[in-house]
Amino acid sequence: MEIYSDFKRKDDIERLISAIRDEIKRPVNIMEICGGHTHAIMKYGLNILLKDKINFLHGPGCPVCVMPVNRIDEAIEIVNSAGVILAVYGDMMRVPGTSSSLIKERAKGKDVRMIYSPLDIIKIAEDKSHKNKKIVFFAIGFETTTPMTAALLEEIIKRGIDNVFIHVNHVLVPPPINAILDSGDSLIDGFICPGHVSVMTGSGIYADIPHKYGKAAVITGFEPYDILSGALLMIRQINEKRPSVEIAYKRAVNEDGNKKAQDLVNKYFTVREEFEWRGFGKIPKSGLKLKNEFKDFDAEIIFKSKLEELYMQLESGRTRKESLLCKCGEILKGKSKPDDCPLFGKTCNPENPIGACMVSSEGACAAYYKYRY
Amino acid sequence: MLSHGGGGKETSELIGSIIFNGLYGQKGIDADKYDKYGFSSSDRHKDVCYAQNISGQKIKLLEDAAVLKSPQNIAFTTDCFTVKPIFFKGGDIGKLSVAGTVNDLSVMGAKPLFLSLGFIIEEGFFLADLEKIIKSISDESAKTGVMVVTGDTKVVPAGKADGIFINTSGIGEIIYDGLSVFNIAPGDIIIVSGNVGDHGAAVMSRREGIEMDVEIESDCASLWDMIDSVLKSVTGISAIRDATRGGLAAVLNEWAIAAEADIYAEENKIPVNDAVKGFCELLGFEPYQLACEGMAVFAVKPEFAEEALNVIKSHSLGKNASIIGTVVGNNNFAGGKDEARQTKVNAGSIRQSAGKVILKGIYGVNRLLDYPSGELLPRIC
Repeated sequence: MEIYSDFKRKDDIERLISAIRDEIKRPVNIMEICGGHTHAIMKYGLNILLKDKINFLHGPGCPVCVMPVNRIDEAIEIVNSAGVILAVYGDMMRVPGTSSSLIKERAKGKDVRMIYSPLDIIKIAEDKSHKNKKIVFFAIGFETTTPMTAALLEEIIKRGIDNVFIHVNHVLVPPPINAILDSGDSLIDGFICPGHVSVMTGSGIYADIPHKYGKAAVITGFEPYDILSGALLMIRQINEKRPSVEIAYKRAVNEDGNKKAQDLVNKYFTVREEFEWRGFGKIPKSGLKLKNEFKDFDAEIIFKSKLEELYMQLESGRTRKESLLCKCGEILKGKSKPDDCPLFGKTCNPENPIGACMVSSEGACAAYYKYRY
Repeated sequence: MLSHGGGGKETSELIGSIIFNGLYGQKGIDADKYDKYGFSSSDRHKDVCYAQNISGQKIKLLEDAAVLKSPQNIAFTTDCFTVKPIFFKGGDIGKLSVAGTVNDLSVMGAKPLFLSLGFIIEEGFFLADLEKIIKSISDESAKTGVMVVTGDTKVVPAGKADGIFINTSGIGEIIYDGLSVFNIAPGDIIIVSGNVGDHGAAVMSRREGIEMDVEIESDCASLWDMIDSVLKSVTGISAIRDATRGGLAAVLNEWAIAAEADIYAEENKIPVNDAVKGFCELLGFEPYQLACEGMAVFAVKPEFAEEALNVIKSHSLGKNASIIGTVVGNNNFAGGKDEARQTKVNAGSIRQSAGKVILKGIYGVNRLLDYPSGELLPRIC
């Protein structure tokens, strides 16, 4: 298990902290995009160790947090249809929709199954007692998890399984970054980009950050060593005024990424015109859907009439539950911190999350609530 | 496979051939007499048979209730076991159902004497699995010398239970009086008797939807012998807890609230198996929130802490024992006055002001160790 401890060694961390403190010329604002980074920063106290030097802002990179209410409502509507088994990743279970969540639906006796890998769905589908069931996968995640959904599709087609359907909520990392920077009033100096996304996509997807917006970008991993060595590269970019995309995670990331995974994704998915994000609203070309030729596997098409009823109901007056006081939108854009929100820790907490960032354990508010005292 | 019956003969045979035989067939019972009561004979209610526990006490079996000679002060506890999977590395639901109740008695300073054993079994459950579970119960009871003196079995239709559920209640004789969470006070030293999180990780790694092949064994074990050795030789023990549901984090948070004081612990002093650390990192869990089933947490007056640690370490279940922290009054928080004030200010905004657990991280930064809440759900990325 050296891989566990080698990137946490205290002397390395202390060396990196003092290098950053020595080299930094002015306090900088750095946004880590991914919730995994936020979590590691808070857990190890890297924000405290670099207090007054680096202001860590927490970005929109938790796929659970950014899932809007209406997509949860759709999942709830689907699992309430006759003969449906809904498979989801665990941390999606608690996310509140308009008036329920999947964990509450499970408590009511609906068949919601927690899975860890999409390929677990094959096992559910091949269980003979599920022959007449419709098995729906509520697929979420960024570029990291989309290839696994594509692999599931590949497998169900290969095996001739005809009762598995996918509710596609896969989203892309670069569009919300562009949305933040397009707003024009961002004080962010640079972005720490998630290493596991680039394992799949390569480093090229962040080219706009330096070239279009003149900001720094460093791709790195999730160990304290990775985050701090990434921060050091970023400080040097900022000092030398040479914005670029650098990789501080060369043990896993290269420029091209995983070609096979990319091909698999491109085979089944295409970009949607727009997709709604919690806290952001609709962002153009930010989500994926199944290509038309795979529409027989598309839960949005198979359950179309049910979902249309749902939209009509919603439009005819049932109000959605995104609170007006909640500052998640501002937090995800790097304009506020969790403790700036009047709801934080009071009405909004992990047991009863109101906003996007409290919902998943990876969200920024959940991390603040969990680690700060 | 078990089939469901409304009681009567099938159930009697089940109890007789598998449960009774498994528990008393080998030892502790007057074999001559028992042979007559294999539950196949029709005269089973005409005679009596006895089981004998290790201290020589004879218990009459096969009556509607066990008649026991009770010591003056007893501790009485009950626990239900629904663990999934039923068999895991390092144990099974049977071993757990004995060790769990034995440990609940032990941490109260009570020597475990008698157990009740209730089964709810789903129709279709494999008899071979039931036999394995009974054997585990028998083996684990023998370790402490606790005796199953009464029990009940219900077989329910398929789908009305999930395989097998067990309830055990336990009676123990209070040997060491006065252990209580309300004894815990600022200055007390916190000791853990072993690695944290092994059971939770072992079970979760085999759970449907995760199924990872990690080399983690449950620490499931009966702790009376170790706890007895500590209480026999060391005074100044304020309280003991087995860190089951919610793990170390739950115990420390409950203690902090009961003592109306903060508990300050150091992450690099808490023993955690590397495989458990890796497992937690992957799924986004804290080892401190995972259940332990063979580990006890001790709060000890400072002047006795070293002595207690040495006794625990000398026991085979306590080899990895470690002093992990201290109970601190709110005003003499280790970070100094400013930090104590800041703690209060921050706490005031989101938490109750007293009774927090603060963990000093591996790079020296303090953070909250929160009370675990809800079901642990693995993160997706």
